[in-house]
Amino acid sequence: MAKVIGDIAIDIEKCKGCEVCLAACPFTVIAMSKEVNSKGYRFAMKVNNECTGCTNCALVCPDGVITVYRAKVETV
Amino acid sequence: MEDQFIKTDILKPENIVYKKTSLMTDKPLSYCPGCGHGTAHRMLMEVIDEMDIVDKTIGISPVGCSVLAYDFMAIDMLGAAHGRAPALATAIKRMWPGHFVFTYQGDGDLAAIGTAETIHACNRGENITIIFINNGIYGMTGGQMAPTTLPGMRSSTSPYGRDVTTMGHPLKITELVAQLPGVYYVTRQAVHTPNHVRKTKKALRKAFELQKENKGLSLVEIVSNCNSGWKMTPVNSNKWMEDNMFPFYQLGDIKVDGKLVVKTETSEKE
Repeated sequence: MAKVIGDIAIDIEKCKGCEVCLAACPFTVIAMSKEVNSKGYRFAMKVNNECTGCTNCALVCPDGVITVYRAKVETV
Repeated sequence: MEDQFIKTDILKPENIVYKKTSLMTDKPLSYCPGCGHGTAHRMLMEVIDEMDIVDKTIGISPVGCSVLAYDFMAIDMLGAAHGRAPALATAIKRMWPGHFVFTYQGDGDLAAIGTAETIHACNRGENITIIFINNGIYGMTGGQMAPTTLPGMRSSTSPYGRDVTTMGHPLKITELVAQLPGVYYVTRQAVHTPNHVRKTKKALRKAFELQKENKGLSLVEIVSNCNSGWKMTPVNSNKWMEDNMFPFYQLGDIKVDGKLVVKTETSEKE
């Protein structure tokens, strides 16, 4: 059976940790890190595999650091 | 673990469904975390990219936080003096009628210093697009009271809240210019949720399409947050904006196809 899955890649060095994407994600895929990037911001990161590639997080990200991927994969 | 493998496996260029448009430069934005400017910039550039009008577009950056917009947008841009962006846009559009000209202005720029330029450019019905970012405050200079500051809203020059008896009432300049016959399309949008971002993009697209048809001036107001100026976290400032800004600055189309939109009960609920 084919299934559509999504994934995100976050540019953690440009993320400013505003947390706007957390509220936009319908599946709570994103959470804030405990570490900080070189500018001292906590950055957003993916914490589970529920992503469907809906692009909501990338649309609201003011700094455009999120790239969204979506693909159809065959599952057994 | 197998699932994890499949997930990482799709990070390939051919699977990309959304990435930052190439018309935004790689320079880190100078805006505060969570500021709506970044999203507004990106939607604007996406519209220009999708319409494939990069080589025919000239933008005017204002004075304010977005004064460095020309550093972030990889298109031809000019910087105007305080509030004079519509006047400069008029000149460019009259020299090059086939070009797409837009101004990107904040509320201190468009509604205070540049009120005369704005109103007269609108009244002349210049074929330009004005993008108006309204956050109810002078964000760049330290959060002073702007003409668009809400009654009772605190700012650094109205620390006890805006008192309308001495400081005047908030200026709804978008509704004001919508009355002018030269203005063809006026709308008010927001960029804090995915749904609003999509609507804003559609509005910007429409504004640029109308410029192609020489219909007259189009103004897109974007109600945005200023979490530094409002002294809130980005998420809280978005919530505050929904609770306080939107009842006063109601979202939606104000003038479409040269006709004022009559607000009904159902359209307000949206």
